[in-house]
Amino acid sequence: MNDTTLTLDSVERAPSGPPAAARSRRRRRSPQAVVITTVLWLYAAVCVLPLLTMIFNSFRTHLQIATDPWPLPTDPTVENYVSAWAEASFGRYALNSILITVCSVAISTAVSLPAAYAIARWRFRGRGALEGLFMSGLLIPFMLAILPMFYLMDGLRLIDSPLSLILIYSANGIPFTVFVLVSFFRQLPGELEEAAFLDGGNHFTVFLRIMVPLVRPAIATVVVFRFVPIWNDFLMPLVMLRSRDNYTLGVGLTTFFGEYQNDWASLFAGLVITTLPLLVLFILATRQIIQGLTAGIGK
Amino acid sequence: MAQKIKYASNVQRAPAVVVVLFILPAFALFAAVLLYPMASALGYSLFEWRGGANLVRFNWFENFVVLFTEQPYVEQMPRAFLHNIAIFAGTLVLQNSLGLFLAVQLHKLGRMRRLFQVLYTTPYLVSPLVVGYLWTLLLSPSFGPVNAALEWLGLESLAVSWLGEPTTALPVLILVSVWQWIGFPVLLYGAALGAIPPELSDAASVDGADGWRRFRHVTLPLLTPVIGTVSILTFIGGMETFTLPYAFGGATGSPAGATDVLSLLFFRVSFQSGASNALGVSSALATLLFLFILGGALLGRRMIRAQEERLS
Repeated sequence: MNDTTLTLDSVERAPSGPPAAARSRRRRRSPQAVVITTVLWLYAAVCVLPLLTMIFNSFRTHLQIATDPWPLPTDPTVENYVSAWAEASFGRYALNSILITVCSVAISTAVSLPAAYAIARWRFRGRGALEGLFMSGLLIPFMLAILPMFYLMDGLRLIDSPLSLILIYSANGIPFTVFVLVSFFRQLPGELEEAAFLDGGNHFTVFLRIMVPLVRPAIATVVVFRFVPIWNDFLMPLVMLRSRDNYTLGVGLTTFFGEYQNDWASLFAGLVITTLPLLVLFILATRQIIQGLTAGIGK
Repeated sequence: MAQKIKYASNVQRAPAVVVVLFILPAFALFAAVLLYPMASALGYSLFEWRGGANLVRFNWFENFVVLFTEQPYVEQMPRAFLHNIAIFAGTLVLQNSLGLFLAVQLHKLGRMRRLFQVLYTTPYLVSPLVVGYLWTLLLSPSFGPVNAALEWLGLESLAVSWLGEPTTALPVLILVSVWQWIGFPVLLYGAALGAIPPELSDAASVDGADGWRRFRHVTLPLLTPVIGTVSILTFIGGMETFTLPYAFGGATGSPAGATDVLSLLFFRVSFQSGASNALGVSSALATLLFLFILGGALLGRRMIRAQEERLS
């Protein structure tokens, strides 16, 4: 019988007549809830404290860190940033990283937009095969492609040139970008184009003036989601770049850690410089990132 | 069905020239920089090469035989492989215990949920290289804050050289990679929990199921697809991991190869070994890894399907 399986828990909650707010307030007070809330905050601390330590220590001197690694910066100094930026050429590395990331994202978005539009809206022979081919790019393991890409770039005399990385990242971004944009273009109603054609537009003007502006949210998602992996990529620049002037932040960071081993304050500043653009992006686009990561699940 | 009809009415035609103009830029870039190298990659492993990319001859599967019979591959490859498996297994266990627990608890929260989600996801967005170097500094035996805290707590015996000892280096690598990754499963599990109609759980509690049994028999089966998907991504990530181990132990996986993984071995063979036939052998290694990942991912999908059918 159901009655025999009623537990204390459900008895307590049985008169669930009162509004949900009252119920949840009561639940929060129970000892179990206190323990759970503590665990949640503890894990949040585990996530954030290392990053906060990185930021705080980047504003302290090496001596302060060596004597006491924990406290807040009492008299913050930007000395470390100055030395990392100027002496250790982080300014140069940051410029290279920005150039490569921005160009790659721009190119892969620019070429993917018309392709995605054609695949989503037009009927032509080989459309399914083309879509499948682009999608297969999502499954390509990067490691298998590194050596052939290296020799391809070697043949084009592009080793040690940012252009090699821009080409690789642009091509590599096409599958994901097309995939996202196709699903957005498909959701747009067909009457839009018909109306635009009646107004005397052609395929190019309709695409550029009507359709592209309508998928702006999707473009924003794609830009954010391509920016992060390109900015964070380390293996490709490590393989493709040779001279210091062309280093990205990642490769620059590895030489920096070899040379500044005994200057912890500058090391922390270097880590912050490498991470800062992503933190800014994350703060500006939190909602987009969380929705993008969970796309296709739930509502 | 309704979706299909609506979709069909959206589709229009354009002249062939226009179609080609729209498609060509993306296709050309994709084919030249990605497709062509990928297609040649699968062939590389079947040839012998000399000093870079000078072709000597077709040598069947000799490069694969070399991997399993000659030093240093015969010693380093199985060790690196086991480390990859350990990273995958450790991450899988923690994301489906701690990660699932966190997701379920967050789901019960109201306004605070988003804040916790953001906090838990932050490490996931930081570069693995920065994460690796940051934890190297934090765990340093000389002035690392972690050991300083342990000593302050009176736990001097625990304040070891975490990344310097072969016995602790791999567990630390696993924990740090979980620390970085776990926000992603927490987010995805949370989204899947949000998609479960509350009536289902309510119906079960009316039927007298307690909290654990509601979770076990109502929630968990509904989460199986997302747990499966995330597990496959974890598998791929665990087998391909490169940057974090590189930041911890350099290209050799120090100390004493304790943090060596397959991608580091591949990197050494390809770019640092100076072996005459480096291209053939490292391509064979990359091909094996690719086949293993593909096989594992397909097997994983079949297991999820079977599990879904058993539970539904």
